[in-house]
Amino acid sequence: MSYSDKLLDHYDNPRNVGAMDKNDPSVGTGLVGAPACGDVMKLQIKVGADGLIEDAKFKTFGCGSAIASSSLATEWIKGKSLDEAEQIRNTQIAQHLSLPPVKIHCSVLAEDAIKAAIRDYRVKNKRADAAE
Amino acid sequence: MNVQAQKLAEVSEVAGRNRPTTPIYLDYQATTPTDPRVVDAMLPYFTQKFGNPHSRNHQYGWESEEAVEKAREQIGAIIGADPREVIFTSGATESNNLALKGVMRFHKDKKNHLITCVTEHKCVLDSARHLEMEGVEVTYLPVQPNGLIDLAVLEAAITPKTALVSIMAANNEIGVVQPLAEIGALCRSKGIYFHTDAAQAVGKIPMDVEAMKIDLMSISGHKIYGPKGIGALYVRRKPRVRLEAMIHGGGQERGMRSGTLPTPLCVGLGEACAIAQAEMPEEARRLEVLRDRLHHGITERLPEVYLNGDQTHRLPGNLNLSFAYVEGEGLMMGIKDLAVSSGSACTSASLEPSYVLRALGVHEELAHTSIRFGLGRFTTVDEIDMAIEQVVSAVSRLRELSPLWEMAQEGIDIKSIKWAEH
Repeated sequence: MSYSDKLLDHYDNPRNVGAMDKNDPSVGTGLVGAPACGDVMKLQIKVGADGLIEDAKFKTFGCGSAIASSSLATEWIKGKSLDEAEQIRNTQIAQHLSLPPVKIHCSVLAEDAIKAAIRDYRVKNKRADAAE
Repeated sequence: MNVQAQKLAEVSEVAGRNRPTTPIYLDYQATTPTDPRVVDAMLPYFTQKFGNPHSRNHQYGWESEEAVEKAREQIGAIIGADPREVIFTSGATESNNLALKGVMRFHKDKKNHLITCVTEHKCVLDSARHLEMEGVEVTYLPVQPNGLIDLAVLEAAITPKTALVSIMAANNEIGVVQPLAEIGALCRSKGIYFHTDAAQAVGKIPMDVEAMKIDLMSISGHKIYGPKGIGALYVRRKPRVRLEAMIHGGGQERGMRSGTLPTPLCVGLGEACAIAQAEMPEEARRLEVLRDRLHHGITERLPEVYLNGDQTHRLPGNLNLSFAYVEGEGLMMGIKDLAVSSGSACTSASLEPSYVLRALGVHEELAHTSIRFGLGRFTTVDEIDMAIEQVVSAVSRLRELSPLWEMAQEGIDIKSIKWAEH
């Protein structure tokens, strides 16, 4: 599989690897995928008082494309509001990394991971202090 | 390794040697470099002794025929067969096709049943499927978790209509060696032909068509340091195996496979067999030592590493390991200085994990984490030690990245989680 330089960079130097305390109310955790499929992504966001994503962390079980997609996702969502982060489409991730067609599903999973993390945060913080 | 081979390897570029930027080759089950001694034996037959071996009337033909017949003897010798029982083909895929289709098409009016196994190579499985479309009944035997056939299950599957049993001698993915002598004895007692795809076995472990009661055997040139594009099919003469040819023409190879024989390739296969026969015991021992070194070097530094396939009944040079919580293609990217292959779905064009590993009952997530290491004639201790370092380092790094490893460390049972499919 010949991968783009950007993809290889994310694989060799993944951004924002790590974990946050999922019991922290300001943290949203998204866990998507399945081991049987060979792709599992855990993406976590820490939302500040201003409603912006102030930090993001990820861990991924998956191929180079999956790792790169989720690493890129954490990079892109930092500093955004929840609504803005929700706008990120898998096609943008796939295009940025030049994913081969057979790997597009990795970018779909990354988009799902972002949305799952946001959903989790919103559910935990059902007090409507941000426009939902 | 053999001193002569070693000296040749040092001055040439065999298997990535002396080419500092190429990866260490550990994929010997995929293919092997042609031994320089084999290339030397082949060369005269391209430009100088280039005659058609079937030309009866002049020296060019005679000297070419002589070379082909010598090769036939060398191939017969390594499997304990008469040279007249050796048919040249374009490779093991053709041999497997010819064995299955040739025998079943000849016999199917009286005996219409074929028994094979789920872990066979694709060319056997696909030939069997094709025969099913022609009306042949096929039974695909399961294997035990160690990859071995259960003889009782085989016996129970046999019917009065069974014409042929086809079970591979050694598996290309997991290296497991089947109980050939026992299968052969069972088939002989029931008057059934026994075919074995021995592409990975010939030249690596002793094969004997008499002792193992084998009736047909497929041989591959490029798996035993011979050239690509040539193989052979052993077809027993006593008692005679009858089969229908697939390729018609001038009636070469006793009418079983027409076509001008490619003399240099035949010579190459013969020479490869001769070298393998001479060096097999020493080479097998050397490879077992190296393989065990690789295995222990990895498992003493990494927990949760699983061997796929039986511990003892295996090829000396094969090691198929699953690294829990780390995905195979991702791991391969991290060990790009090693040329290996993975049973992970991501590395095949479809998203399905290896059917061989699934047949063993390996759970899908562990099948996604497997790597096949294939060692061979030109593998050195230094290469093994470098491989250990790379694998340990890459697996450790990827486990730090893995949410499944994190859960396992926290004591969460991953199998108990309800995953949402995407």
